[in-house]
Amino acid sequence: MQYTLSILVENQAGVLSKISGLFSRRGFNIDSLAVGITNDPNVSRITIVANGDEYVVEQLEKQLNKLIPVIKVKRLKDDEFISRELILIKVHCTASKRAEIIKTAEIMQAKIVDVAQSCVTIEYCECANRVNTLIDLLKPYGIREIVRTGTVAIDRGTATVSV
Amino acid sequence: MISGAEIMVKCLEAEGVKVVFGYPGAAICPFYDKIYDSSIKHVLVRQEQNAAHAASGYARCSGRPGVCVATSGPGATNLITGIATAYTDSIPLIAITGQVRSDLLGRDVFQEADITGACEPFVKHSYLVKKTGNLPRVFKEAFHIASTGRQGPVLIDIPIDIQTNCIDEFVYPDKVNIIGYKPNTKGHAVQVKRALEAIKNSKQPVIVAGGGVLSSGVKLKLQDFAFKTKIPVISTMMGIGVMPSEHEMYLGMLGTYGKQVANKALHDADLVIVCGARLGDRAVAAPDQMSENTTVIHIDIDPAEIGKNVKTEIPIVGDMRNVMDMLLEGIGDYTVSDEWYNTVKNWKKDLYMTPPTFDGYVEPRTLVSHLSAMFHSKAILVADVGQNQIWCANNFRIREGRFLTTGGMGTMGYSIPAAIGAKFARPTRDVIVICGDGSFQMSLNELATIAANKLNIKIIIMRNSRLGMVRELQDKNYNGRHSATVLEGDPDFLEIAKAYGIDCAQASSNEEAENIIKNIVDSDKPFILQCNVYPDTPSI
Repeated sequence: MQYTLSILVENQAGVLSKISGLFSRRGFNIDSLAVGITNDPNVSRITIVANGDEYVVEQLEKQLNKLIPVIKVKRLKDDEFISRELILIKVHCTASKRAEIIKTAEIMQAKIVDVAQSCVTIEYCECANRVNTLIDLLKPYGIREIVRTGTVAIDRGTATVSV
Repeated sequence: MISGAEIMVKCLEAEGVKVVFGYPGAAICPFYDKIYDSSIKHVLVRQEQNAAHAASGYARCSGRPGVCVATSGPGATNLITGIATAYTDSIPLIAITGQVRSDLLGRDVFQEADITGACEPFVKHSYLVKKTGNLPRVFKEAFHIASTGRQGPVLIDIPIDIQTNCIDEFVYPDKVNIIGYKPNTKGHAVQVKRALEAIKNSKQPVIVAGGGVLSSGVKLKLQDFAFKTKIPVISTMMGIGVMPSEHEMYLGMLGTYGKQVANKALHDADLVIVCGARLGDRAVAAPDQMSENTTVIHIDIDPAEIGKNVKTEIPIVGDMRNVMDMLLEGIGDYTVSDEWYNTVKNWKKDLYMTPPTFDGYVEPRTLVSHLSAMFHSKAILVADVGQNQIWCANNFRIREGRFLTTGGMGTMGYSIPAAIGAKFARPTRDVIVICGDGSFQMSLNELATIAANKLNIKIIIMRNSRLGMVRELQDKNYNGRHSATVLEGDPDFLEIAKAYGIDCAQASSNEEAENIIKNIVDSDKPFILQCNVYPDTPSI
């Protein structure tokens, strides 16, 4: 079971290592992790996507809550949140394939952000599934490099995760 | 102007600290220079790990966080085992370490170690102080965090320049405000109501009491509750002492090394009320130890413990103090059925058996079971780790005193330093150490601390020249191949005692041992008694 956690933490040194250390120490696997400041400069928000059964998630939430700098932990409900990740892909691209690749990018609503002799760089911001689809579509051309952020997620509607 | 080092001492004074255990070094020298003039007693141990264990013994007997101090680098890393022990055993501890100059951090200078990083998994929280002005807030928070909620160790790492820098004035904050730390102390009323109903509807309930009952100070309330309802009580190793051993409804320690009747009660129970216990693997080894239909009520201050090891139907997150009050108030005149009461009373008869003796040796289990009666009723027994721990856990007939041991971490060498801490916290109580010859040699250097401070601690060494518990495992699981479990080359412990100026004797029979003990009970000097134990004496 994959789940997404939103964690509000006090913005102080060492918090990220406390959290990542907790995951490794207790044998929890992280699929992705993203961290950034919130509208309150003293508070950062960490989004973690991870895998595990109900027991694991519950333990994880409780153990996270025990860390002193952790202010709030919320498990986002399936289908009730919007998630995005940003990816930059450098694809091998001969002149003969260029039009095809541009077309694929257009269909997926991805952006070409750089073009060189033998490659193009595509920027894409979408949920993890769509990002994976784009990668699959581009694979046959030869992917030279991928840079991908962790997932960030926010509740749909009026629900928020706040202090 | 006031220096960081003076602030550190003032913070400790403001927290009412009377004793700290430590070992100095260059990076903590400014602090040592200031504590020299203060009213706080500094106890110089002989190795830093023992400072942490001593602080643990002090905390457990005083009810206040114990404080230990070490220098940077190796001083700090030596503390780790002690800190980790306190963490697993949920003991409130403040560990203060010196650190290299803050502008040199990360440069691998002499005696630099990333101690906040190294201790990460073993502390409730840690601080690396970067500004002298932050010291009062940090100390206030550290004592608050260590002593509230599920208690545990907090580390404060202080670079030497932070200790020498000055600020204008010292103001100790009255309050703490940590946005992410608000332990829930009041039990949820609905859950407590459900628990009461479950208790009233149960036929064969049993209480499992853990260390949380002792650390929250509700021992007497729990006894009230058990007395009123006649619900039998079994305890975890950390919970030994929640009930007087002779109480008719007390069935001893549960688990792999526990009492058969305690495990039987747990197995036959239709309702288990777990109070302040995490039920680790040694307590409940196999899930089938409890029957499938057993309802579990789990009361704990730490929500993460509930449901972690045992499936729980009724979780109550809260401080035992509040929850016990609520249970006492709501239980009415419920008592267990006569049938269950009589069954338990019958089991109680089987709680203690008399083990066979071997000529020319002390039978340790029999000696331990007679020990309590020889000392005063409030005696504190500190057991080490190994067979001696099991002998003590299962046979010491506790009355109003305490039983200290490390049940969670199981750190050999704990008993002597912990007893030192216990003695400083409770100078008028009898403090007895029971250790093996293996564990004795892990902290015998602390005999110097005992001698220097003229501490009246009676040490009983169960000498079998073996690492008995591992040897037992080897007999059971490794075809009796005694790899590295025979202690060869050990010195004469009596000569060691004499070298430290401590009176001593040895015994080779129970009668001899008991006669020696009777003669030393009322002396105010430390004593070491070596009991020669038959090497194949089992743990249980």
